[in-house]
Amino acid sequence: MKYSILIYQPDAYFNAAPDDELWGAWRAYHKSLSDAGVYLDSGALKRPATATTVRVQGERRLVQDGPFAETKEQLAGFIVVETPSLKEALDWAARCPAAQYGAVEVRPVQEIEQFVPVFSS
Amino acid sequence: MGSAEKSVEATVNAVARDSYGRLLSYLAARCGDVELAEDSLGDAFLAALRTWPSRGVPERPEAWLLAAARNRLNDDARRIRVRQEHAERLAHAARDAAAIAETGEGFPDERLKLLFLCADPAIDPDIHTPLMLQVVLRIDAARIARAFLIKPAAMGQRLVRAKTKIRDAGVPFEVPALNELAPRLEAVMEAIYAAYSSGWEDAPGTDPGQARLTEEALWLARVLVELMPDEPEPRGLFALLLHCEARRSARRSSEGRYVPIAEQDPALWSVDLMREAERHLRAASAQQRLGRFQLEAAIQSVHAERARTGRIDRRAIALLYEGLVRTAPTLGALVGRAAATAEVDGPEAGLAMLEEIRGHPMEEHQPYWAVRAHLLAQAGRAGEARDAFARAIDLTDDDAVRVFLIERSEAVETDQR
Repeated sequence: MKYSILIYQPDAYFNAAPDDELWGAWRAYHKSLSDAGVYLDSGALKRPATATTVRVQGERRLVQDGPFAETKEQLAGFIVVETPSLKEALDWAARCPAAQYGAVEVRPVQEIEQFVPVFSS
Repeated sequence: MGSAEKSVEATVNAVARDSYGRLLSYLAARCGDVELAEDSLGDAFLAALRTWPSRGVPERPEAWLLAAARNRLNDDARRIRVRQEHAERLAHAARDAAAIAETGEGFPDERLKLLFLCADPAIDPDIHTPLMLQVVLRIDAARIARAFLIKPAAMGQRLVRAKTKIRDAGVPFEVPALNELAPRLEAVMEAIYAAYSSGWEDAPGTDPGQARLTEEALWLARVLVELMPDEPEPRGLFALLLHCEARRSARRSSEGRYVPIAEQDPALWSVDLMREAERHLRAASAQQRLGRFQLEAAIQSVHAERARTGRIDRRAIALLYEGLVRTAPTLGALVGRAAATAEVDGPEAGLAMLEEIRGHPMEEHQPYWAVRAHLLAQAGRAGEARDAFARAIDLTDDDAVRVFLIERSEAVETDQR
């Protein structure tokens, strides 16, 4: 099954570039994901202050500076993996460096046939 | 400092005054980073101060400055390796700047684009106008903070945050499509008006930096009218500025004393500017969409009528202020209405209106205290009037206005003895 590993982290981690040790941990994590053949896709996000939120009411487009929700820990990126079950996905999530200093959420990806395949595997 | 350095410094200042906004807009449009454009242009001006005294002022100073700014952009393009796309844009900006320096062609004036960029909905709306004032019109953050009644440190932080967002989120640098112009127009007009008022405070025109602001504001208002000829409000704004400009030389006596509008000599007002103002105001009202700036211009238009009729239609002014308060209940409009009403119905009526103002930061608002002081004095409430005058004097930056207020305050005291 496909799972999204959603990475949340406190503001401080957005503002400073990761030190060598943390960079190393992330690189090693990504490498082990692809070595194990579970990696499908990933993306890292800039600071929440760079976010812009859009809503549409009728004809009106409402654009707002800032992230959708102001919370202590903000979405910082995602990794999509394919594993036999949630158990393995959670194991991978636990190995994610952000699990040490933020929070990592695992959610199954909803596959919708009518859509153009998002992740061609 | 030798006289050669001094004259070069004067030249650099003159170039900065005339071209800074255009140079900055040009650079910012190309590198997509307002803060970096500011830094690179700052470096270029410093380089000019260093090298022009010995090598002479270049034939085309603006092109020279662009070429100098390019060096900084190139340095940054090399340094920032992480953001590949950003580095490419910087390199592109540097190439463009170099091309202008070499070919000797003029460069496009993109100040209006920069104004609209600052009003992008992706940026916190509260900071739109301050951002324009600081970035495009080069008014310093502390002064903007005072005008917007917030603490300078907080203002500085919010300005930096907005510039970071422009860079990191890739906010587009363009005049928006016509259907998206309207929501941003308000902030753009507010900035132009604030810039004009800020330059306006220097009535004798002794400070070239201030004269630059009124000129720049008039120019921007005119360009805005040309950009959107069917929008009534830009014409209203332009008419308002023209009416104020028409009275420039009447605002101080020959001894440099402050002259309130009702006591100015209409013979000193510029007939040409007043005519142009009226032409735009008529074109605006033909659109039948009344707005804040048309109302403000109409108020000035009633004052201008005195040149022809010899009298002020105070009732018309009070009525227009009433309309203004309903359209745009700013603190300035509320205070103006109180003053206008007092002219018709007496000081107590005006004071009652001041008392009713709620939810605005009056404490730091000079006009509030000045109007309050005058009305209290007229109402014979000497003690309270003196306190209000003291507060107004405290909040006044303009020397001539301060002297005027001090004299009025002293007149209250002598009446009482």
